[in-house]
Amino acid sequence: MTKVFTPLFIFICCPLLSIAQYVISGKVTDAKKHPLPGVNISVKDSYDGATSKPDGTFSFTTSEKGEVILVAALMNFQTLEMKVNTGAGQQLNIVLKESASALRVVTISAGSFEASDDKKGTVLKPLDIVTTAGAGADIVNAIKTLPGAQQTNDREGLFVRGGTGYETQTLIDGMLVRNPFFSSLPDVPGRGRFSPFLFKGTTFSSGGYSAQYGQGLSSALILESTDLPDRSSSSLGLSVIGVSGGLEHLAKDKKASYGVEADYTNLSPYFGVVKPTQTLSLGPEIIGTSANFRIKTSSTGILKFYGYGNWSKMGFDNNSIEYPGNTESFKLRNNNVYTNLTYKEKIGDGWHLYIGASYSVNNDNIHTDTLQKNPAPTLIKVRSELSQGRVMISRNLGQFSVLRMGTEYQYAVERSAFNSYSANYTDNYNAGFIEGDIYITPSLVGRVGGRLEHSSVIEKWNLAPRVSLAYKVSNYSQFSVAYGDYYQKPEPQYLRVDRGLDYMKATHYIVSFQRVASDYTFRTEVFYKKYNNLVKTTPSYSNNGDGYAQGVEIFWRDRKTIKNADYWISYSYLDTKRNYLNYPFRVQPDFAATHTASVVYKHFISKIKTNLGATYSFATGRPYYNPNLPPDKFMSEKTISYNSLGLSASYLTNIHKAFTIFVLSVTNVIGNKQVFGYRYSTDGLRRSEIVPNVPRFIYLGMFMNFGIDRRQDVINNL
Amino acid sequence: MKQILLALLLLGNMATVSAQSERYIAAMTKQTSDLDSAGTFTPEALQQKGNTFERIADAEKNQWLPYYYAAYTQIMQTFILKDKSQVDPLADKASANLDKAEALSPKNSEIACLRSLVATARLSVDPMTRGAKFGPEAGAQLAAAKSFNPENPRVYLLEGQALLFTPEQWGGSKTKAKETLELALSKFAAFKPESDIAPKWGEAYARQLLQNASK
Repeated sequence: MTKVFTPLFIFICCPLLSIAQYVISGKVTDAKKHPLPGVNISVKDSYDGATSKPDGTFSFTTSEKGEVILVAALMNFQTLEMKVNTGAGQQLNIVLKESASALRVVTISAGSFEASDDKKGTVLKPLDIVTTAGAGADIVNAIKTLPGAQQTNDREGLFVRGGTGYETQTLIDGMLVRNPFFSSLPDVPGRGRFSPFLFKGTTFSSGGYSAQYGQGLSSALILESTDLPDRSSSSLGLSVIGVSGGLEHLAKDKKASYGVEADYTNLSPYFGVVKPTQTLSLGPEIIGTSANFRIKTSSTGILKFYGYGNWSKMGFDNNSIEYPGNTESFKLRNNNVYTNLTYKEKIGDGWHLYIGASYSVNNDNIHTDTLQKNPAPTLIKVRSELSQGRVMISRNLGQFSVLRMGTEYQYAVERSAFNSYSANYTDNYNAGFIEGDIYITPSLVGRVGGRLEHSSVIEKWNLAPRVSLAYKVSNYSQFSVAYGDYYQKPEPQYLRVDRGLDYMKATHYIVSFQRVASDYTFRTEVFYKKYNNLVKTTPSYSNNGDGYAQGVEIFWRDRKTIKNADYWISYSYLDTKRNYLNYPFRVQPDFAATHTASVVYKHFISKIKTNLGATYSFATGRPYYNPNLPPDKFMSEKTISYNSLGLSASYLTNIHKAFTIFVLSVTNVIGNKQVFGYRYSTDGLRRSEIVPNVPRFIYLGMFMNFGIDRRQDVINNL
Repeated sequence: MKQILLALLLLGNMATVSAQSERYIAAMTKQTSDLDSAGTFTPEALQQKGNTFERIADAEKNQWLPYYYAAYTQIMQTFILKDKSQVDPLADKASANLDKAEALSPKNSEIACLRSLVATARLSVDPMTRGAKFGPEAGAQLAAAKSFNPENPRVYLLEGQALLFTPEQWGGSKTKAKETLELALSKFAAFKPESDIAPKWGEAYARQLLQNASK
């Protein structure tokens, strides 16, 4: 038996006997020789290992003999595997490289402000737009607090860097929105037609935007609609100016959803209490409806529909400055329908397909007697229809780079009638684009692209090159430069009079620096924009207009210094002159202010569940035309500076099971006088100020949301 | 003789297998014994423990507990770290470990509890904008945890914690928190962990929360 036992004993105890201990030690650093603590160093597939100390050193013993694989792993770094001989007893020097995801890859940023939840390092969140005081949950009003945008509050649209409102294009899921604003009365800006809650991403480009988009000389507002909702819900809103209701249904398999919304706004009771400067003659009433559906066609594909229809009417009477003692009236009836269908899918390895289609129509019917002292009012009808299609294919190249190419077609029918005189035209617009985001290293990217366009009404091609570069100097800081040509058709009111007009053109040059840390953002941009071929209306219609805009902009946002508070400051300096329309020579146009600044402050008081906000906006006076001055003093006088302080408070609560928000907001709290310009009688003897319709607007509203259990929403203290 | 030898050889092999398992039990027992102690609750100590659990997990590969505990230490780090920018990477890491754990042990109440905590950690980075997404997710994971094992005391502990720290306007309630935490404590009293190394944390924390709720 002993004969048997001896080998057996050895066999069983073999593992024990072989436990000779080998020491493995060394130091871990990053590429810049800084010690790395917390690195998990281990012999692969064994328990043996250690965590590196604050000075990067480590030491442990292992029973593994000979050549083993040593693994060094640390969050945000690439895991390193190396062969080590346990018996060698050497001091190991391990160098870990940062992993690509942690390197915070550089992104194209010149000229664009992005609000997104999905992407890291964006300047704004979608909620920031909704909670900006004084903006009244209007996307464009909130964007006006960003650098580059003007406080042009007497006409609709985004006036960016010396450009007119027409020079900014709005896009939803890649499809153009021809009439993003409610049709407006003279001197009163129309609000945006859609709710900010519909969008998960908003990009405001104040210049240098991508070749994917065209026909905007100055700027693009790019909106990306939300995907499937998290659950079904319904909502109800009630305010001093109207009511709204909505329903959103998510299918049980969570692969499809639909939603409908309707709202009714009537300002006449409000204007009965707060008398507007002009006398009310019609409405103002707005009926809005919208519908959407979203279907997940596969794990990577989604089909989305979004459409809205709006009907509005409003009219005011004014004292005539042309004929003192008489009144002039202006009545506007508008209806507008917009639809948008898009489909996105991954097709094969690294390939993505996008297809979009859209149809929209806008009708303005205007009755006015402002134009002449005439017992029969003038009737103006404007109808524009736009059908469009868009296809884009993109291909991932390597880890980060991507190549996009696509084509666009738009068919526009522009009709207008002035009493019995009418002028109509149609336009077939074709465009193709190609663009590559090429990463030379994770911290250096170049975007090179071009856009080719043809419009049948202009009967010309244009080719617009676009180039951007961005270089990351540290984890948080980057420099960007951008250059691009931008073409745009003249506005329909000029095109329908003279078909010989050419594209207008702008060339952008932008240099920017930004530092985006987790709790503060600093950004500055310098730009130069050259305008060519602007439309002239005197002495005759031509493209002989030109101009320039240049300036410096600064943006600072801070979420850290004041507890529970978030604020941003933006400042824009703008030097611009242009010779266009009836201007006799280059002057600063009447929509541009030299200095513009905004301070937006938001404070959350968790004890009383209330969000307080204040927005202060300032702009220096804008030039206006005084016909009594000699021609060489054209547009030489300026209005008083613009000052506006808006306040808002929203209180979050639960009524029964409904998540409820009460909102109180007041514009122009202090009651600063705001003059946007002057209107003169033909003989120049009388003038009237262009001022806001009501000097101050007080809004009180309540919004309820049913079906969403938001109990867990504010678990800040966990 | 040959047969005896063979039998003994087999026995010997089995001995080494169980010895390995003993090594696992021993290592896990050592690592989990001081998991609840105050000394462990520093970012460095938790990181070190997390690293050790990951080493054990990667060496064993078919045990869900080391992955579970690695995730647990990573989540706990997110709650004591001052640098909020580290929360998302840690939560990513914890989620990856929980995925591996769940592949080995599906429909596990303990894993669902940790997933609820991952959502809570992500929410804490920016409650105003992330609340709408991660709040309901934290709740849904807790509901799943309860359906997998209604006797798991940690489900009630986390429920009570949420009730306690959620303002009343949002459905929080001190009285309800107190009731839920008392329920948690009775579940703790009745709870028998499957083994010495199975999850059993939270009783002391539940008492502490109950004190807060009773104030």
